[in-house]
Amino acid sequence: MISRREFLQASVAASALYGISGFGNWSKLAAQQALTQDDLLRFDTFGNVSLIHITDIHAHMKPIWFREPEFNYGVGDVRGQPPHVVGRDFINMYNLTPGSADAYALTYEDFAALGRTYGRMGGMDRVATVVKAIKADRPDAILLDGGDTWHGSMTSYLTQGQDVVNIMNALGVEAMTSHWEWTFGTDRVLEIVADLPFPFLGQNIFDAEWDEPSEDVESYTWFERGGAKIAVIGQAFPYTPIANPRWMFPEFSFGIRDERMQEMVDEVKAAGADLVVVLSHNGFDVDRKMASRVQGIDVILTGHTHDALPEPVLVGNTLLIASGSHGKFVTRLDLDVRNGQLMGFRHKLIPIFSDVITPDAEMSSLIDAEREPYKDQLEEVVGTTDSLLYRRGNFAGTWDDLICDAVMSERDTEIAMSPGVRWGASLMPGDDIRREDIHSVCSMTYGQVYRTEMTGELIHTILEDVADNLFNTDPYYQQGGDMVRLGGLGYSIDISKPIGERISGLTLLRTGESLDPTRSYTVGGWASVNEGTEGPQIWDVIESHIRKLGRVELQPNTSITVTGI
Amino acid sequence: MLTRRDTLAIGLGASALAALPLTASATPVDDAVAAFTGGAAVAEGGVTITAPEIAENGNTVPISVEAAGATEIMLIATGNPTPNVGRFVFGPGSGSSMVATRIRLGRTQDVMAIAKMADGSYASTAVEVKVTIGGCGG
Repeated sequence: MISRREFLQASVAASALYGISGFGNWSKLAAQQALTQDDLLRFDTFGNVSLIHITDIHAHMKPIWFREPEFNYGVGDVRGQPPHVVGRDFINMYNLTPGSADAYALTYEDFAALGRTYGRMGGMDRVATVVKAIKADRPDAILLDGGDTWHGSMTSYLTQGQDVVNIMNALGVEAMTSHWEWTFGTDRVLEIVADLPFPFLGQNIFDAEWDEPSEDVESYTWFERGGAKIAVIGQAFPYTPIANPRWMFPEFSFGIRDERMQEMVDEVKAAGADLVVVLSHNGFDVDRKMASRVQGIDVILTGHTHDALPEPVLVGNTLLIASGSHGKFVTRLDLDVRNGQLMGFRHKLIPIFSDVITPDAEMSSLIDAEREPYKDQLEEVVGTTDSLLYRRGNFAGTWDDLICDAVMSERDTEIAMSPGVRWGASLMPGDDIRREDIHSVCSMTYGQVYRTEMTGELIHTILEDVADNLFNTDPYYQQGGDMVRLGGLGYSIDISKPIGERISGLTLLRTGESLDPTRSYTVGGWASVNEGTEGPQIWDVIESHIRKLGRVELQPNTSITVTGI
Repeated sequence: MLTRRDTLAIGLGASALAALPLTASATPVDDAVAAFTGGAAVAEGGVTITAPEIAENGNTVPISVEAAGATEIMLIATGNPTPNVGRFVFGPGSGSSMVATRIRLGRTQDVMAIAKMADGSYASTAVEVKVTIGGCGG
């Protein structure tokens, strides 16, 4: 058996929730080049219900490199708690072996070197193989998609999400929730939803005009599996109209709405639910707080913050599951549901090692068919990178350094700003940069690169505002994502301080001078949420910059000093 | 009813404004509270405000207040230049002491509700509503 750790959770009730979680212990196998698909999939079927969770794939259909974050700070009560544990601390917390396959999948250390050994991860054809294998064990396993699915690639941009929808339908998804989906706009979202063979859930999606639950979106859905009645309640990303352009879907309001979540839980329990599952795009810390405030949820399948955790986090009797992003992992959760109660669980975060798991032939050909009309555009090589290109991290990533350089150079500005999103694949040193690799880190329906002037004071205000979205000690005031990326500017941040006091030492890097609050600076950026933003598309700006460079080489970014950790 | 206000720009510059201190000295908020309570003591709790943690649109923020048994509810936006939002009176025919409206919030601030109970006592609560530039979702 590959499970390592047992949980015993004594509850005040007569029953005790018990469970087992396993990630794997394949380091020796992998070192001997003997890691097999059977090792990855081995699971002693348990209980009477199986959930399969995948989330935040961001339209990445093919295997990718994906470096996990080196910096992911938690503040307040969650300081040092998962998922705010990275690198060697993560390896120690979960008893992984440095340099092993599991350490490669879950942490950033030695990423470029280990990638040579263990290969790319993800690919929806490999995911299809895993889903089919689980369904061979448990034919009525429920496949749930946590959202951020349709957006994030060049093909999804060109087909307005249709390629991903076709692939996820073929995969057999049975319910989903949403966030970036909405950036295709109300009409397109409702057009896709009308044709989905499964419900598009969000108890917190309201009609903006009437401030009532939307009639276009269901709050929850039912499954009868393994003799149990299962309610799956959807929770879309609460801050979609703030983090993304509200004008693209003005008919809808979101929000956390945990009082209504409690009403929904009470409603499904009154209707006989034996198991209550929340399919969430809240982000991990928001889900953790919600689990402490809303009573009666058995399982929260978390999303949005792209955390991959090899074990569930327990809040009271609620299991929080974090299944990573970009198709890099799939979670299998087997549950023992009896007499209207969750009695026990068995959990496994399955890493999708693309060289180990055989692609499902049917899904491979479907993915290739979706790519075929655009193949030449997608795969055109625009340059080569000598540096590891990655995005994840609270403050900076090499991809963002390159993007900020491109904006400053192509738009002739002193300063560049790039949004702190967490999606986008990595590239290894020596890799070709193909056009779709650029889209992987910047595809969006509002990618215009603006050029404007801002005073030093306004720039400071923006940084304080974004920092509070990330480091407010109350998770309900956090929006997920990371700090806005800066080109041409350095600063210090004390993450333990309140809004208005975190950012100091703003310095214009090209002159070494302090940013003057009263002076105006030229600023370029992209992903503005304002309607009518004008400028070239960000992917064209990046491509033009890379073509001029030919080969990309980036120096480590030392312009940000972090304290209060 | 709702007072119209149009003095504050919402958006990029809004949170640069200095925070309005809630101190013992006379402020527009103190004045509004005193005008409603006549200086009587105000207990915490017994009033529930439902509001978004972060406003989607600071120009029209949905707020509802409920205080079982209240005969009047005073709603105050503590960070607005004119804090008085409205004073709502419940008569014998009112189904419940609850009011829902939309208000404009010039910046991140506490929204406060004070309820006058049938026995003449006062209770209040406050919640913070952030008015943000916007971040970048994962």
